[in-house]
Amino acid sequence: MEVTETWYLILSALLFSIGLVGLLIRRNPLVMFMCVELMLNAVNITFVAFSTALDDIAGQTAVFFVLVVAAAEVVVGLSIVVAVLRRRPSLTADDLTSLRG
Amino acid sequence: MLEAAWLIPAFPLAGFLLLVTFGRRLGEPWAGRLATLASAGAFATTVVVFGGLVAEPSGERFYIQKLFTWVASGSFQVDAGLLIDPLAVTMSLFITGVGTLIHLYSIGYMHGDPNYSKFFLYLNLFIASMLILVLGDNLLLTFLGWEGVGACSYLLISFWFDDEANAGAGKKAFVTNRIGDFGFMLATFVVFVELSSISYADILTRSDELGSTAATVIVLLFLLAAAGKSAQMPLYVWLPDAMAGPTPVSALIHAATMVTSGVFLLTRLNPILAQADTWSLGLIAWVGAGTALLAATIAVAQTDIKRVLAYSTVSQLGYLFLAVGVGGYVAAIFHMVTHAFFKALLFLGSGSVIHGLNDEQDMRRMGGVARFMPVTAATFVIGWLAIAGVPPFSGFWSKDEILLLAWNADGIGGKGLWLVGIVTALLTAFYMTRQVILTFAGRTRFFDVTNEELALAVEARQADFRQGVSTAEAAATKSLEAVAKAEADKTKRLAALTKAQETAAGASEAVRAGAPADDGYEKLVKALDKADKALPKAQTALAKADSGIESAQATAASTQGAVDEARAALAAIEAETLVGPPTVVTALTPPTVVAELSDHMPESFKKRRKYRPHESPATMTVPLVILATLAAFAGAINLPFSSDLHFLGHWLEPSLFGNEAEVGVSAGVKWLLAAVAITVGLLAIVAAFAVYLRGRSKPEFIERDILARAWRIDESYAGFFGGPGRRLFELTAWFDRQVVDGAVRGTATSLLSAGRGLRVTQPGFVRSYALGIGVGAAFVMIWFLGRLYA
Repeated sequence: MEVTETWYLILSALLFSIGLVGLLIRRNPLVMFMCVELMLNAVNITFVAFSTALDDIAGQTAVFFVLVVAAAEVVVGLSIVVAVLRRRPSLTADDLTSLRG
Repeated sequence: MLEAAWLIPAFPLAGFLLLVTFGRRLGEPWAGRLATLASAGAFATTVVVFGGLVAEPSGERFYIQKLFTWVASGSFQVDAGLLIDPLAVTMSLFITGVGTLIHLYSIGYMHGDPNYSKFFLYLNLFIASMLILVLGDNLLLTFLGWEGVGACSYLLISFWFDDEANAGAGKKAFVTNRIGDFGFMLATFVVFVELSSISYADILTRSDELGSTAATVIVLLFLLAAAGKSAQMPLYVWLPDAMAGPTPVSALIHAATMVTSGVFLLTRLNPILAQADTWSLGLIAWVGAGTALLAATIAVAQTDIKRVLAYSTVSQLGYLFLAVGVGGYVAAIFHMVTHAFFKALLFLGSGSVIHGLNDEQDMRRMGGVARFMPVTAATFVIGWLAIAGVPPFSGFWSKDEILLLAWNADGIGGKGLWLVGIVTALLTAFYMTRQVILTFAGRTRFFDVTNEELALAVEARQADFRQGVSTAEAAATKSLEAVAKAEADKTKRLAALTKAQETAAGASEAVRAGAPADDGYEKLVKALDKADKALPKAQTALAKADSGIESAQATAASTQGAVDEARAALAAIEAETLVGPPTVVTALTPPTVVAELSDHMPESFKKRRKYRPHESPATMTVPLVILATLAAFAGAINLPFSSDLHFLGHWLEPSLFGNEAEVGVSAGVKWLLAAVAITVGLLAIVAAFAVYLRGRSKPEFIERDILARAWRIDESYAGFFGGPGRRLFELTAWFDRQVVDGAVRGTATSLLSAGRGLRVTQPGFVRSYALGIGVGAAFVMIWFLGRLYA
């Protein structure tokens, strides 16, 4: 049985879905953060898979951009989470509704 | 010399500013003197400028002095500048000249007023505004002056605003003028749209670019403006009420200057009038003629000395409109000048009378004033002859000129205008003669008792009698009480006598029965002696009590009689309410005070009896004499006999651009018209003498109630704007509230509710946002896939 790019795509779709569901149902900000990372990396897998299949380096370049942006985003996001949790340790994401319209 | 023109309005403006800053500190009389000097300075400068203009050749008497750029907004450019031409200088001459005399007069008239300096401050501001109005070189500057004089008139009419009526009169003038101002503004807009300029230099030279429709619209709107300021139908109602202000104000604003500004405006814009349709000029003439006649009929029945003059002013202004309408601009300005002299004279004369008669304004209560005020009377008589159109006084020449031009007018019913004019002249001569007779001739009615005073006296007498009745009644009650007391005394005395008799009887029995040897015998004898002695005493007392009762009863009877008498007297006078004739119109026989009432006359009557009417001080009589001289001889500036004598006509030529109507009437007809005018005037004077001095006819026959109430026009205005008109205003207010405000508020409300709806999408939950993004992404993907496989 040969491992084709379809397998990678299915894996990627599964990981993305797990991430999405996790983001939607979990309340812990840290876990939600991890779910977002999971979704980003699922997309990365798609990029790499297509890059190999189509023999186009552009897909892998995009992955690097995603990694760099994700790293920056993690720094900002985690610092926000830490700052919020320091003030109210028992906080869930649903309590952060001060931006309600 | 023309460069000094800017000083003309600058003098009174400086006076105004100085008085605003230092007026209170200057106080009386320096505030008045300063204001008079400022006005006199303006007059002197005007004379200098006049000299400068005369020195120029006739064709070049049109000088514009630009002071600064006032408004610069795109193509709309307005300079603050002065236009010096014969018309403006003529206006300025009599505004500052008559104005200065009125300032001088006010120094005496306003003597002792708590707001002395404030009055002169307003006067100076008024003169400055009026000069800006006539000297401004564009419509906007004229409008500035126009509004300035309106504001000053409001402030001066309600100068004594403590009285509700005065404040109301000020408001009436202001609101009525506002209607005219609306016409002025609209007309200015139309001029700008049509000519892209509102400066007189452009308007006067380029008026032929106007179509006749545009010119007609402009003329009609300016007619509305002029009707407001110059008190013409239907906006004249404010002027008679404006008499609430101090008399110098009536003279300055409401006779000599402000009310002429409408006529000035129409004369200034004569090239536009020349472009307009003939019927619009006819409208001007007929509005003037109608107003002249209407106001003259009302003036016949007025009793307030100033109100007669107020209606007379409205009437004379009607003549000016009539003149403008028939193209007689020179005649209009001529009559304006002579009218300024004689009407200011008449107003100031009436002010002098009011001043000398302790603020009495009712002519029915004047009469014979000439005895006390010879100077006022003599000058007033000159004013009367001038306005009544008696040659050779000034009014005759100017009025005759207008009547001639009316006769001359074609296509707008010139003969009809002449007829209305001649009837008005008749009425004018009649009511002015009536005023002179009622005020200065005949019996002095000032000291006469008035009906109000009589009523008060009758009431006081009745109250006195009522007091007498109650006093008598109190005395009667008291005497009855005395009778009762005396009777009670008698009963007491009787009881005492009985007791004394019993005691005496008991004692003598005891003496008779008692044993001689007894110890007590001596005592008993003594007691008997005592009792015997007490008896006659008690009897005397009884007799005294009897006589006391008798006298008390007599007193009671007499007091009761007094009560009856007092009651009868009261009943006798309670029937009386008024003594004497009901109204004093000519009052050839004086109403007498009944002797019995003389003790009960109110304080005001006693005070007036002691008051001595007196001639006014020199500051008031000097202006009167000067004005009288001018009123007598001002006709000389434009005598009709030869073209060389038309000084005013030739002088005004450069301002009229050949728009003055040509008189195509033969000399014979001219003489005939003049003869008719003189005859009519003299007839009216004779008739007035017959009615008011000789008593040949009842004045009530002429002074109808409907005339005294000004044809009920004021009432019907009030009725309309309080009734159906009010509903219209309420409808407008409703429209404004519901539709206009509704649209504005509706926009706000709909945006608010839309925002409220959108709030639902922003719950603040991160997960719901994430879901939104997810669902959105899914839709986008489905759409792309759909396009791919479709």
